[in-house]
Amino acid sequence: MNISLCILEIAVVLVGVALLLLDLWTKPQRKHLLGYLGAAGLGLVLVGSFFVPVTDVPQTAFGGMFVHDHLALFFKQLFLLATIGVLILSVEFAPRIESGISEFYTLSVFALSGMMFAASANNFVMVFVSLEVVTITFYILTSFMKNRMQSLEAGVKYLILGALSSAFLVYGIALVYGISGSMAFSDIAAKSELTLESNIFKLGILFVLAGLGFKIAAFPYQIWTPDVYQGAPTPATAFLAIGSKATGFVLILRVLYSAVPELALSWEHLFMAMAALTILYGNLCALPQRNLKRLLGYSSIANAGYLMLGIAALSPSGSTAILYYLGGYLFTILTAFTVITLVSRSAGNEDISSLAGLNERSPFLAFALTLSMVSLAGIPPLAGFFGKFLLVRAVIEQASSYSAYYLLAGVAVVGVAISIYYYFGVIRAIYWSKETPDTSPITTSGPIRFTLLAGLVGMLYLGIMPDRVLKIAELAAASLQY
Amino acid sequence: MSLLSFIIATPLIAAIGLLFVPRGYSYLYQIIARGAAGITFLLSLGMFLFYPQMASGPGGFKFYQKVAWVESIGINYQVGVDGINVGLILMGAAVALAASFACWGINRRERDFYFLFLVMVGGILGAFASLDVFFFYFFHELALVPTFIMIGVWGRGEDRNYATFKITIYLTIGAMLALVGLVALYVQSGAQTFDMIELTNHVKENPIPVDQQKVIFPLLLFGFGILVSLWPLHTWAPVGYGAAPTPAAMLHAGVLKKFGLYGLIRLAIPMVPEGIRAWLEVFCFLALGNILYCGWVAMRQKDLNFLIGNSSVAHMGMAFIGIASLSLIGITGAVAIMVAHGLLAALSFGLSGYLYHEKGSVEISQLGGLLQKIPFIGVCLVIAMLAGCGVPGFANFAGEILVLFGAWESLPWFVVAGAWGALIIGAVYCLRAIRNILHGALSEENSQFNDASTLTTKFPFLVLVILLVIFGVYPRLLTDRVSQSVEPLINQANDTTAQIVAPSAALLGQNTPTAVRVDF
Repeated sequence: MNISLCILEIAVVLVGVALLLLDLWTKPQRKHLLGYLGAAGLGLVLVGSFFVPVTDVPQTAFGGMFVHDHLALFFKQLFLLATIGVLILSVEFAPRIESGISEFYTLSVFALSGMMFAASANNFVMVFVSLEVVTITFYILTSFMKNRMQSLEAGVKYLILGALSSAFLVYGIALVYGISGSMAFSDIAAKSELTLESNIFKLGILFVLAGLGFKIAAFPYQIWTPDVYQGAPTPATAFLAIGSKATGFVLILRVLYSAVPELALSWEHLFMAMAALTILYGNLCALPQRNLKRLLGYSSIANAGYLMLGIAALSPSGSTAILYYLGGYLFTILTAFTVITLVSRSAGNEDISSLAGLNERSPFLAFALTLSMVSLAGIPPLAGFFGKFLLVRAVIEQASSYSAYYLLAGVAVVGVAISIYYYFGVIRAIYWSKETPDTSPITTSGPIRFTLLAGLVGMLYLGIMPDRVLKIAELAAASLQY
Repeated sequence: MSLLSFIIATPLIAAIGLLFVPRGYSYLYQIIARGAAGITFLLSLGMFLFYPQMASGPGGFKFYQKVAWVESIGINYQVGVDGINVGLILMGAAVALAASFACWGINRRERDFYFLFLVMVGGILGAFASLDVFFFYFFHELALVPTFIMIGVWGRGEDRNYATFKITIYLTIGAMLALVGLVALYVQSGAQTFDMIELTNHVKENPIPVDQQKVIFPLLLFGFGILVSLWPLHTWAPVGYGAAPTPAAMLHAGVLKKFGLYGLIRLAIPMVPEGIRAWLEVFCFLALGNILYCGWVAMRQKDLNFLIGNSSVAHMGMAFIGIASLSLIGITGAVAIMVAHGLLAALSFGLSGYLYHEKGSVEISQLGGLLQKIPFIGVCLVIAMLAGCGVPGFANFAGEILVLFGAWESLPWFVVAGAWGALIIGAVYCLRAIRNILHGALSEENSQFNDASTLTTKFPFLVLVILLVIFGVYPRLLTDRVSQSVEPLINQANDTTAQIVAPSAALLGQNTPTAVRVDF
């Protein structure tokens, strides 16, 4: 067994354990600084991840349960980046969490380890276990503000619906196992002529997809999203938006293309319908929102829909587009939530009106939030545009064989047009709202400025110089079989 | 580096340079913006004049440059000019220069304003210079977003929030539809490149299947059409221009709007000619809607800005008809109209902006007898209105007459009749505007109007009027360049048709560059 393959996961768990231990010897008033230490530790792991050798032939460990390939490494780096951003953001958020801030950091790091294992999952047991590690830590993270009703409500909602989705997943896995007699993706793929005829097997895969659909907040499994996004502490929301969603997508890609490649190709209608409905639902429901986190919750549903376009395309370029889009989404969403944390700290709420006069209070924050909204709206020269461009390209590539894909592209266009309205509503609140209740300048700490700057550079880099990252994404997507 | 890249880069570099000027030096912002626009204009003028002497690069394009950008999916930074866009770039640079001198009433957040202005200019010129489909779209969006922000922040009137949202949503839908069409073109051609030259050559050998052409063309028609204010999707234009600050209205109505027409000529004609023929009835019907309906609406306007806005929508119909004629003379005329109307629209919006700055409103009923008070502005307005109704001697006449000839050659009689009718409608509202604004008694409250007295205030109008007259008196300067480059496009369109529709006809040598007559 080749344990060196999961060296990154081991390092991350060690960082988590170290944080837990250091908590014992740190004075209470300095505990919030442990977050920086955690971020630095993960930063080292991230740097190390670039030196991890990857071969074009996937390597496996734990009897084939764990696979190490370009796709896994891409997602692991994505998760590491996301968690570093979230930890720095949590330090800023620490004063609003009454107790146990170091547990907050530790749990985030453990959730990260779950995500990283998920990126390497090559067996349904692995899918379930790694996903539960992520989900259970998120139950705690979302309800971390014990004295705030909204946070507790968010936690309970997430717990109930998350448990439901886990039940779907387990039930699906049981059906799949019952028919194919195996949990390993490669065994299941090898028995395709047996499984393709079985409706029970298809039902099992459908249940698995339902369970994963909860994670990415795709229609019709999106109900929990707005409430949980609004109620949860902002760093946890940001982590949900990028980490949990990316976990769902890597698992969907793995299950579809490693376990049931033939079945996936016959389900294009299902994926097309899901993508179209998710885009429309997310965008239409976001229109009347006044709470920024709730707005971003619906926007995250819409973005799940755009990402589903890549699944619906059922092609290598579709998967590449998903990876690229997630990379851009990471920088965009981290920037947005960082600014929202800083603004809501002084305003005490997350209403859009609290952005009034932000340009006078802190031009840098105003600029950062504007850029992230523009990127979410998919306007060049930012990351969101190039990601959407790749997704649309993947969809239209399929249109020559099946013209309903034009319709799907049309729905995406309508979705983007709707989304312009609410994203520009945010920008309007920043620059030209009439009432400016509060004009005190907003102070930002060094690490926060660093995160914001990294987010801005990331958005611009992915939008203007896509070549390098696109090649990496293509390489990663090529690890799957189509 | 090619001269063309300098033309695109000058405003963009100046924009970045502006960010390093500390706040409070408003005159410095102005100097930088005007200087950059001036350099851009001189370079474009040089490029236009020396165009015939230059050696051609790939695909007959001059001042050509190519830099690989995203290799894996075939995106290159690629610029070059032929006869079609060399005039458009000159026109764009001239309008940008004029607009940089027409920034009256911009008195807050000046640095941001000039930054957006310069980005918009760079984006516009880049869009017209690009020979790569991706960059073509990219530069257009780069120019579009500043327009929205400029209307939102520096716009005027009660309705500016409404106008901002309306123009943003309409134009975004248009741009996205066009993007879907462009990507479809890329995918269906099978060329695996966004390079326009290679794409066109590839399609010449392997035409896109007819059923795909019939899907792609409407995407391009309605996508680009919304951007050009194709009836009935034009309603954003009068509202948007009514609320826009003067320089933004000049640049958008004058130059950026022509992007859609340019896209149809450059991409749709050579690559999806069968799509055009299949949709020709719809195309002509909508273009007539532009000419007649919007002309009619313009007659009823009480506000000078809305009158100009609607008449500019109506003029676009003429360009559409020129394109629909699919004939050498018609398309050459369409390009001439694009250049002429760009100058004219910028001139009209500039004048209207001047009047607004003086009085705070351009309600026609509140103006009157102004020619006595402001002779210079008045004469410019007369010129603009006469050019607008197609009086010979101005560039618009040259374009419109060519389009009429082209339509006569290959379109049904009622399209020609409709286009003729438009000239009458145009004359009605233009002459009526001259009478109501400039003639008659000067009322008490209008007696404090000031004429453009200094050279800097006169300058923007002078630039535009001079170019309008030059291209009007000597249109060959433009049309010789244009028709040379339009010819291969038309040939390709007809060859493609011959290849697909009747391979035997091609053998008999019937693929001559005349347009195919279409019977309704």
